[in-house]
Amino acid sequence: MLLTISTTHSPATDLGYLLHKHPDKFQSVDLSIGKAHIFYPESAPEKTTVALLLDIDPIDMVRGSRNMAGKGFALGQYVNDRPYVASSFMSVAIAKAFSTAMNGKCNARPELTSIEMPLETKIAVLPTPSGGERLIRKLFEPLGYTVTLQRHTLDDQFPAWGESKYYTVTLQNSVTLQALLSHLYVLIPALDNDKHYFVSQGEIDKLLEKGKGWLENHPEKEQITRRYLINVGSLTQEALARLNEVETGKNVNEEIPEAVKQKKQTLHQQRLQQVLEQLKKTKAKSVIDLGCGEGKLLRMLLKEKQFEKITGMDVSFGELVKAKNKLYWDEMAPKQKERIQLFQGALTYRDQRLEGYEAAALVEVIEHLDESRLQVLERVVFEFAQPKTVILTTPNAEYNVLYDTMEAGHMRHTDHRFEWTREEFETWATQLAERNNYKVTFLPVGPEDAEVGAPSQMGIFTL
Amino acid sequence: MEISVPELSLVLLVGVSGSGKSTFARQHFAEYEVVSSDECRAIVSNDENSMDATNDAFDLLYYIVGKRLKRGLLTVIDATNVQAASRKGLIALAREYHVLPVVIVLDIPQKVCEARNAARADRNFGDHVIRQQSQQLKKSIKGLKREGFRKIYTLKSPEEVATISGVTREKLYNDKKHITGPFDIIGDIHGCYDETLSLLEKLGYQVAQVDDDGQNFGLEVTHPESRQVIFLGDLVDRGPNSPAVLKLVMSMVHSGVAWCVPGNHDLKLHKKLKGKNVAINHGLAETLEQLEQESPEFIEAVKVFLYDLISHYVFDGGKLVVAHAGIKEEMQGRGSAAVRAFCLYGESTGEIDEFGLPVRYNWASEYRGRAKVVYGHTPVPEAEWLNKTIDIDTGCVFGGKLTALRYPEETLVSVPAKKVYSEPIRPLQPNNEELLSHQQVYDDLLNIEDVTGKRIVQTRLRNNITIQEENSIAALEVMSRFAINPKWLIYLPPTMSPCATSELPGFLEHPQQAINYYKSRSIEKIVCEEKHMGSRVVLVLCRDEAVAQTRFGIVNEGVGVAYTRTGRKFFTNTDLEQQFLQRVNEALTTSNFWEKHQTDWVCLDTELMPWSAKAQALLQNQYASVGTAAENALGEVNQVLQQALDRGIGEAKASLEKFSYKQSAIAKYRDAYRNYCWDVSSVGDYKLAPFHILATEGAVHVDKNHEWHMENIREICEADPQIFRATPYRIVETQNDASVQAAIDWWLELTQKGGEGMVVKPYDFIVYGSKDGLLQPAVKCRGSEYLRIIYGPEYDMPENMKRLKNRGLGRKRSLALREFALGVEGLERFVRKEPLRRVHESVFGVLALESEEVDPRL
Repeated sequence: MLLTISTTHSPATDLGYLLHKHPDKFQSVDLSIGKAHIFYPESAPEKTTVALLLDIDPIDMVRGSRNMAGKGFALGQYVNDRPYVASSFMSVAIAKAFSTAMNGKCNARPELTSIEMPLETKIAVLPTPSGGERLIRKLFEPLGYTVTLQRHTLDDQFPAWGESKYYTVTLQNSVTLQALLSHLYVLIPALDNDKHYFVSQGEIDKLLEKGKGWLENHPEKEQITRRYLINVGSLTQEALARLNEVETGKNVNEEIPEAVKQKKQTLHQQRLQQVLEQLKKTKAKSVIDLGCGEGKLLRMLLKEKQFEKITGMDVSFGELVKAKNKLYWDEMAPKQKERIQLFQGALTYRDQRLEGYEAAALVEVIEHLDESRLQVLERVVFEFAQPKTVILTTPNAEYNVLYDTMEAGHMRHTDHRFEWTREEFETWATQLAERNNYKVTFLPVGPEDAEVGAPSQMGIFTL
Repeated sequence: MEISVPELSLVLLVGVSGSGKSTFARQHFAEYEVVSSDECRAIVSNDENSMDATNDAFDLLYYIVGKRLKRGLLTVIDATNVQAASRKGLIALAREYHVLPVVIVLDIPQKVCEARNAARADRNFGDHVIRQQSQQLKKSIKGLKREGFRKIYTLKSPEEVATISGVTREKLYNDKKHITGPFDIIGDIHGCYDETLSLLEKLGYQVAQVDDDGQNFGLEVTHPESRQVIFLGDLVDRGPNSPAVLKLVMSMVHSGVAWCVPGNHDLKLHKKLKGKNVAINHGLAETLEQLEQESPEFIEAVKVFLYDLISHYVFDGGKLVVAHAGIKEEMQGRGSAAVRAFCLYGESTGEIDEFGLPVRYNWASEYRGRAKVVYGHTPVPEAEWLNKTIDIDTGCVFGGKLTALRYPEETLVSVPAKKVYSEPIRPLQPNNEELLSHQQVYDDLLNIEDVTGKRIVQTRLRNNITIQEENSIAALEVMSRFAINPKWLIYLPPTMSPCATSELPGFLEHPQQAINYYKSRSIEKIVCEEKHMGSRVVLVLCRDEAVAQTRFGIVNEGVGVAYTRTGRKFFTNTDLEQQFLQRVNEALTTSNFWEKHQTDWVCLDTELMPWSAKAQALLQNQYASVGTAAENALGEVNQVLQQALDRGIGEAKASLEKFSYKQSAIAKYRDAYRNYCWDVSSVGDYKLAPFHILATEGAVHVDKNHEWHMENIREICEADPQIFRATPYRIVETQNDASVQAAIDWWLELTQKGGEGMVVKPYDFIVYGSKDGLLQPAVKCRGSEYLRIIYGPEYDMPENMKRLKNRGLGRKRSLALREFALGVEGLERFVRKEPLRRVHESVFGVLALESEEVDPRL
């Protein structure tokens, strides 16, 4: 919301020339959804401070012609931090208010532009993603800034709620004004997850232009680029988002720990590779991937001649759309298309479309269902769909102790309803097999530890 | 002369080109009843005469005809149909849809046809075509009966065609829709005469001995309330006295006091009596032996009686169908050999079980029809409803009992067998999961076909409600990933519209508009209830776990559930949930609720507080976050603005005022949400405010007014004031200004203390307006401070308020009504003990509608 830049350069009033803004005037520029004001709270030869104040209209943000209601949760609400934080709007304001200075020009006093002067910048307030303080430091300190951070609590009256993600940030450095403004222009939005614009080729050009001369040597160059270009909202399934309780869930922690990582293959890739091999062994010609997600396994299956009929089912329509895109569905050759189909379905409902397959895969699916609903899944898959082979994988909870960033008692994914030990899984699977006249064998998935086994476990059920 | 065809039939017109088929069809049938091959040719090729389009044209014709027959519409085929091969496909089509094929041949002299074609400019094919067609017709005309046509009319000349004055439509024999009962439907008797008499007596029939007139066999059966009996067949075999049963039934059918459909045993007896060679097994020997004592006249009468029996009947406007072994929906009221066979034998998989009997396929488990189907054939220990079907053969002859279903009462009446007359080959199958009923076992698994795609749900309150496919797609994901066991999920609450936007300055919402909504629709009495700010929670609660099992079919999931408006568990911790429910349960017991409402379960609509208990993530990620960001940023902002002003920059003044206002708005905003937050560490920290007693056994309480709900709830609340919060309310007369003003004052007082506001409802639960149809069951009126957390901290700045006042309520109101109708429908279906899929359909519908795009701030 507020950015102030102070200098003790002598005379400090040079700042006004550099910024091309008269110290005794209160000036405003128009932004797409409000204004930015530029004024000087202090202006003396000893110290001069310029303030850039965002005056964002929260109603216009939701309702105006540049309606942002559909563009992700954070922007579509009246109750919104956007008017109060330094975000991508701040970068736009910097570029608009201080364009001359950003371009390194100063007609009145051209010699000033190349002078490195002591500059103190204060940002109130800066939202930060989960990296928090560490991330802010990693972005600014390599550029020579002394970073002072004041973190704000969520609510003094509810201390149990803890700290918020907002900081008041002070940056001190001796740099040219142009460098400072370029740094802020790139790094403020890089710290913000909720951009107000859609990232396009134009944004990449801007990043390269403003990052010239410093970004290429920045140790966090990759992260800055990635974060700056985060695209928000476009992939959110809108109808789903309206069911306000839905969270899509995310992988908190599931990677092979560095210590045991041998190849550059993720656990999920290893798991799918193993599932594929098992499916090949069955000689099955038709296979259904129950819970296919964005279709990684489907794409692997397509490459194998053995599989003549490949079907992907998922409960998430959004995932199916992703799967179609990744399969280049619309351009797929007719012969290929004959082999594959996708549909939305749920393993909590009996579904005739699941019948008639020789093999089925349930890769990391069951743990996303409440344990009490598993008996329904059992009937749907094993009693009615009845494929000759079912390949089912689920995390091995014992392995969690090897993830050092994981707190005890937590699960790998926010949507996991349970994670089983090998014994728990094998007991469940054996009883299930018995009830449904299947035979079951077990295999570890991923690198095995002598004590706690492999990160994931597989049950192979055969009729 | 009149031609007569069955009401539902496939009529083939047969005749060479130029024989006058199209003219005949136009004259005697309605426009859309006639499907013409020439038209189909034109549709697919732009040319009526295009011969190379023949295959595509007939594909289309078959498709159209199939759809029409499926929907039960008489259809006439206008094509030459001169070859047996071309008729064969159409006969197969008729059979597929169980309609009777009829043929009308226009066997017009070739010369006449040639002359007609020559006169038509659009027919340019040569006479050889007609010659060829004539030959083909001649060749096959004699075989029509063998081809399977039920009726054949042949018209030999234009003159004869001209004598046809019309086509009459005959009702099918099975169509008894105009007969409405009441009925007593009796299952398989198998010669158990004594039990039949006892049962008739128990049902109130009087059986008198009278003179034998040759058709009544000396019996006269009457019922004082003119009830009628329907016998489901299998009158004979295995039992002690099949002839007496035949006499009784024949007498009753003859006198009109009874109906009878044939069973497989009856038909087999008929075959035997007609001298056909049948295997003498499964009790036929006993019947034949018993019949040896009977006169040849009686045997003759039996033959006629059995021959005349109709495979099934459709009664009571199509609401009741009876058949011996059951009948699928697509066969009801139709006629074909397949229908007859199904009615007699039911469906079997073709496999043979370990007892040498065919494995029966339980067609009823897939039944989705609207009509109730009552049948027998397969002996079961208890008659039980499954998907609107009921098998009432309770194996009397095997020592079970003889059962009658009373219709429309749907009560079961039975008498026990006096003894085991015959040992069953296959033991009577006990219910495979004895804890649960057939329906509950079946309901364990819902079918995806019952929820996906575009759906139309019929509701009592508001007729048909359409669920669009994109909304069921969204709902499927939410339902299957997050919702509780669908057996608990009998209701989802509707969304609620706010009142119209206030015209008063400084108010976005004001009670006057809420009251006006009803006042302007001539509703004189309304109820204003305080609106609690917590989470909307539905409680489904049983007296004990045994009830959860018997009534809900749920085992090992506690005594009940507390779920949110999207069907998720409110409590993530099961122990805490059960403790909480137990506490509510105790209050219900203490307040004598179970006895008073004669129930052992209840569905309550409630608000559960504090808001912070469930909305923790929302509060922290959004409300508190915005609060702290704003507070800390604005502190700095106002400081620098003040500095600028102090330096003499006068233009900073306006901004300082604006941003100071923002600062005070943020402070008020923080107070607003803090009002609804407190820490919970145990059950006692929760507050529950029920506001509707939605349903109890046998009753959905939407027929009670809100005062009834409030007062009955108050009794529960008094039993445990620590966790319950009774909802303060006022009854308001909309025509009385003082009464209205008092309500407004009350709202001002509530909201100034930080209350969310109030809900205004008509005094009666369900009200219809004279013009609008179903009225909103409630409108909310939210307090000015509360609205900061909806429309933003600064919403009350005049320039903001001005823009916010421009809001449309149409979609929200329409949505609220549709969801309300669906919600009530779900409860009513549950209370009527309908199959779970029917309850789930309604609940799923509410969830699907919730994904429609509506301004979430309304």
